[in-house]
Amino acid sequence: MELLRFATAGSVDDGKSTLIGRLLYDSKAIFEDQLEAVERVSHQRGNDYTDLALLTDGLRAEREQGITIDVAYRYFATPARKFIIADTPGHVQYTRNMVTGNSTADLTMVLVDARKGIVEQTRRHAFLASLLRVPHLLVCINKMDLVDFDQGVFDAICAEFTAFASRLDVADLTFIPISALQGDNVVTRSANMPWYEGTSLLHHLETVYIASDRNLIDPRLPVQWVVRPHAAEYHDYRGYAGRIDGGVFRPGDEVLILPSGLTTTVAGIDTFEGPLEEAFAPMSVTMRLADDIDISRGDMICRPHNKPVVGQDLDAMVCWMTDKPLKVGDFLMLKHTTRWVRAMVRDLHYRLDVNTLHRDDTATTLTLNDVGRVGLRVTQPLFYDAYRRNRQTGSFILADEGSNVTSGAGMLLRTD
Amino acid sequence: MDMGQGSAIKGQYQLSHLRAIEAASIHIIREVAAEFERPVLLFSGGKDSVVMLRLAQKAFHPGRIPFPVMHIDTGHNFPEVLEFRDRMVSDLEATLVVASVQDSIDAGRSTEESGTDPSRNRLQTRTLLDAITDNKFDAVFGGARRDEEKARAKERVYSFRDDFGQWDPKNQRPELWSLYNGRHRSGEHIRVFPISDWTELDIWQYIGEEDLDLPSIYYSHRREVFRRDGMLLSTGPFVHPREDEERFDATVRYRTVGDMTCTGAVESAASTVDDIILEVAASRLTERGATRADDRVSEAAMEDRKREGYF
Repeated sequence: MELLRFATAGSVDDGKSTLIGRLLYDSKAIFEDQLEAVERVSHQRGNDYTDLALLTDGLRAEREQGITIDVAYRYFATPARKFIIADTPGHVQYTRNMVTGNSTADLTMVLVDARKGIVEQTRRHAFLASLLRVPHLLVCINKMDLVDFDQGVFDAICAEFTAFASRLDVADLTFIPISALQGDNVVTRSANMPWYEGTSLLHHLETVYIASDRNLIDPRLPVQWVVRPHAAEYHDYRGYAGRIDGGVFRPGDEVLILPSGLTTTVAGIDTFEGPLEEAFAPMSVTMRLADDIDISRGDMICRPHNKPVVGQDLDAMVCWMTDKPLKVGDFLMLKHTTRWVRAMVRDLHYRLDVNTLHRDDTATTLTLNDVGRVGLRVTQPLFYDAYRRNRQTGSFILADEGSNVTSGAGMLLRTD
Repeated sequence: MDMGQGSAIKGQYQLSHLRAIEAASIHIIREVAAEFERPVLLFSGGKDSVVMLRLAQKAFHPGRIPFPVMHIDTGHNFPEVLEFRDRMVSDLEATLVVASVQDSIDAGRSTEESGTDPSRNRLQTRTLLDAITDNKFDAVFGGARRDEEKARAKERVYSFRDDFGQWDPKNQRPELWSLYNGRHRSGEHIRVFPISDWTELDIWQYIGEEDLDLPSIYYSHRREVFRRDGMLLSTGPFVHPREDEERFDATVRYRTVGDMTCTGAVESAASTVDDIILEVAASRLTERGATRADDRVSEAAMEDRKREGYF
């Protein structure tokens, strides 16, 4: 069984909670005690319907204010796949939550109210999914029951969205007309929309092809930990533990170590279960090398003819996530793969309006939830790939030197 | 079937969902070992902490687990669980730290709650925080999962705690990709939940695939019980049925392991992992809803306890 991670974003009234509630309920991931608790609270509040949003709004403040303020993770499984949902609020002040939810997603689900069509929030969600390079974008045109299941409404929204998406970098775009409330095209095909020839939403989630989304081309192993057992039977054992962040490694492969630039060959790839004939992203393994080379955490194992960029001047799209604004001249801590370095903000090229995609090159700061193109200089070279080529070796986070809070997230553009 | 990490669907370079979440958990455990001075792994003897120990073992193989294991001992343990704990620690050659709620009470740090059969569930928080301070632990691994409870569903993998051990749900650090920020000041610490993305069913499937040993109370057995607040509690030295609470023998098992005074059994004939997987897959109650009195106090019971510094 495969794992699919998907992100959703939406506001209070677009039916997102209803849709998630239905997916969870129909796949039996909602339990009776949870449902009873939700029914009880709905009743206490005087609602005459069961408010499924209460299932996902986990914090006291959220329930008191009737809003979603954070990323919630939900789990369900069908016989075909296990699903992890990153459920995020949709308003512009929660851009950072949407960025967070999308960062690990294989698919982003955008909800459109069929009566309202494409609104600012729709464009923002689609843009953030493309910025975070989510491989699959699924647009659910919801509340089709309220427009008499009219194909014309659906077609017009698809056409408008497709025109907008052409300005983005969207690899795979799918539209499904649904009614989350009544269940049309959610789990099974709807008899109310015979003109729709595609699959149901759940069927799409179960079958969308994700095997080729990972980078299996560029071998990358950032070293996390050096395994040196102090035991007689492993006296000379020295293994480099890490998660493979790209490509495939096999024993006998010639490898290059960064930053030293030395080359050697893979002597073995070990796991608790025993040695492997090959290892690929995203496996966590321990690699032994033929030669005794000084390697420590933060080093990168790659191939001599397939190296990442080695550089100290970074060009990146940054989403800013904290109240204290980012400005040129600031010093920050930066984590990339398995190393922390210091970074200085050299340039703020422009701030991007996440609703209109307008580039404001007069901007002097990035404030909370802003996205902009930033130039950074770091104290030690990083070994990185462009984010569009590898989401693991192409991403970084920024942290405040004083408070230690995570203040930004970056996606590297390749500069060479 | 080959169950190893390499059990990729041959030629497709695709991991099964269990091997994908396993690899992610191992990545987290290694990050913590590398970036913190003094990590510790909380071990209750429960199924989630058994899985955590196996993941830690895999992360550093063939080396040993490079941090100690800590048990917060309520003094209200199932004897089968204590016996199991000691055997596991000995097999792994791990270092065990025991922090005792009774010691906290004796030292005047905690006060036993009043009433019949007081639970020491809440008192664990004080003992845990004192043990973290005394041992200068800066990262504390826990086996909490996000599917357990809705406050947990919003907690980060790295959950920052201030110098009072408190969790502030509205002020959590964003967590992107798998780039974890464990930076903290002296006196602060991070709770780390490497199996956040696992579900109860995943845990059982993994226990089955890995053939992991568990305390015997997880499997169906006969024991004397009585019904209190809709739960089946076991009679024993810390739990005394009132006169109106009828004692009877039942065939039961436990879905969670905790303080004997607030952990209920479920009637079940499931005596193997496969039986339990079938039972969990068909269950219509969450494990905490079915068996934990501590979560029934209010809608935000877990959030409130977590804010105070609970697991």
